[in-house]
Amino acid sequence: MFPAKFAYAAPSSLQEAVGLLEDPDAKVLAGGHSLLPLMKLRLAQPKLLVDIGRIPGLNYIRVEGNQLAIGALATYRDIQLSQVVHQNAPVLAEAAHEVGDPQVRAKGTLAGSLAHADPAGDLPAVVLALGGSIRAVGPSGERDINLDGFFVDMLTTQLQEREIIREVRLNLQPAGSGAAYLKFDQPASHYALTGVCAIVSLSSGTISAVRIAVTGVGPKAYRATAVEQALVGKAANEEAVKAAVEPVANGVDVQGDIHAGPEYRAHLARVFTRRAVLLAAQRATSS
Amino acid sequence: MAQTETREPGLHTVTVTVNGKPFSREVEPRQLLVYFIREQLGLTGTHVGCDTSQCGACTILLDGTAVKSCTILAVQAEGANIKTIEGFADANGKLHPIQQAFWEEHGLQCGFCTPGMVIAIDQLLRDNANPTEAEVRRGLDGNLCRCTGYQNIVKSALSAGRKLRGEEPFEKPDLAMAAAGGH
Repeated sequence: MFPAKFAYAAPSSLQEAVGLLEDPDAKVLAGGHSLLPLMKLRLAQPKLLVDIGRIPGLNYIRVEGNQLAIGALATYRDIQLSQVVHQNAPVLAEAAHEVGDPQVRAKGTLAGSLAHADPAGDLPAVVLALGGSIRAVGPSGERDINLDGFFVDMLTTQLQEREIIREVRLNLQPAGSGAAYLKFDQPASHYALTGVCAIVSLSSGTISAVRIAVTGVGPKAYRATAVEQALVGKAANEEAVKAAVEPVANGVDVQGDIHAGPEYRAHLARVFTRRAVLLAAQRATSS
Repeated sequence: MAQTETREPGLHTVTVTVNGKPFSREVEPRQLLVYFIREQLGLTGTHVGCDTSQCGACTILLDGTAVKSCTILAVQAEGANIKTIEGFADANGKLHPIQQAFWEEHGLQCGFCTPGMVIAIDQLLRDNANPTEAEVRRGLDGNLCRCTGYQNIVKSALSAGRKLRGEEPFEKPDLAMAAAGGH
């Protein structure tokens, strides 16, 4: 399968890349593991590919203040292998390990996955649970976009036509907290039918703070704020958590396909949210 | 080294090193790396199975890392160092320890997935020299065998690990004897 014809440019800086995006039929290419499959199926037919993969110095992962700064070209494999990630946000490494398969993880990038905003992508849930911002570069310079609100709809983000993600900035996991990313995947594609990331802090055995985000269920990844509120102050036990996660898919336009209908997906969301919260609580150190 | 071009799709020159040899060819931007390797370089050991980045038959090493060449453009590989299955046995035809393990453990049936399996296992064993059986199975997530011959592929990977760690001879003694004509 071949993509439709297109022209190809490999700029040597992000500024040059932003300039090339003046063409309204241009698309940014990084790892290409979301875009090229769509192009091979002719679901996407850009006239120009702007390959940012040759721009030097964009695959860094480092701590800056209380955040992880992850460059546009850092792959899932880079994240999995990064000691900085393991020490400061281990749930990100855990989730990166869940994406696709080893070969896919060697090419796919975190920033590309977030820009693509696949409703069944793994990392959107994890970045929403951690919180942080997207640093985008466009014709009028750089801006930071809060991750809350970054995902607008299916395959749609707040990025403007000519903006490129330069860096993903994620809050470190709070000291003493526990976190988990659990998913129920479609066995061939490994996309999440439901994926849940939970980050839990405990105080004397009760949940003092919690962030939960869900992917694969609605048209975009989302924070389950109603569940978060219901969990605070509750004991981290099966019964209390089971009751609190009930509304996880309420108000969400739950998607259905041949692999899982909406009712089943909503059920999976409740089951996996419960399991993720309990596992995160188990990993937390009670203060 | 920036290559820039405006709207008109044209040809690009791609220069790569494959199995230690330099190659340079003209390609359309939409040429996929797997077809570049198979049809323009004539190295047909790299297979096209699903063509949708699921089956792993097209796995190669790109700058030392296992990737699926059906989901990479040839132009993205400009300047890269590539290793395909043809680069695994040595110049005298002596098999790579992973290939030897496949031979001994009956790790292939039809053989279609084997090049991708060997290269995925090469990556797996470089990442984790002493994997458990579960880690081998997880590490082969990206490779499908249409004969469903997974048991012996996993056995081959574990045997290859032992050979590479020096815990098992390169050649099983009974096979060495058979090759020498003794019974």
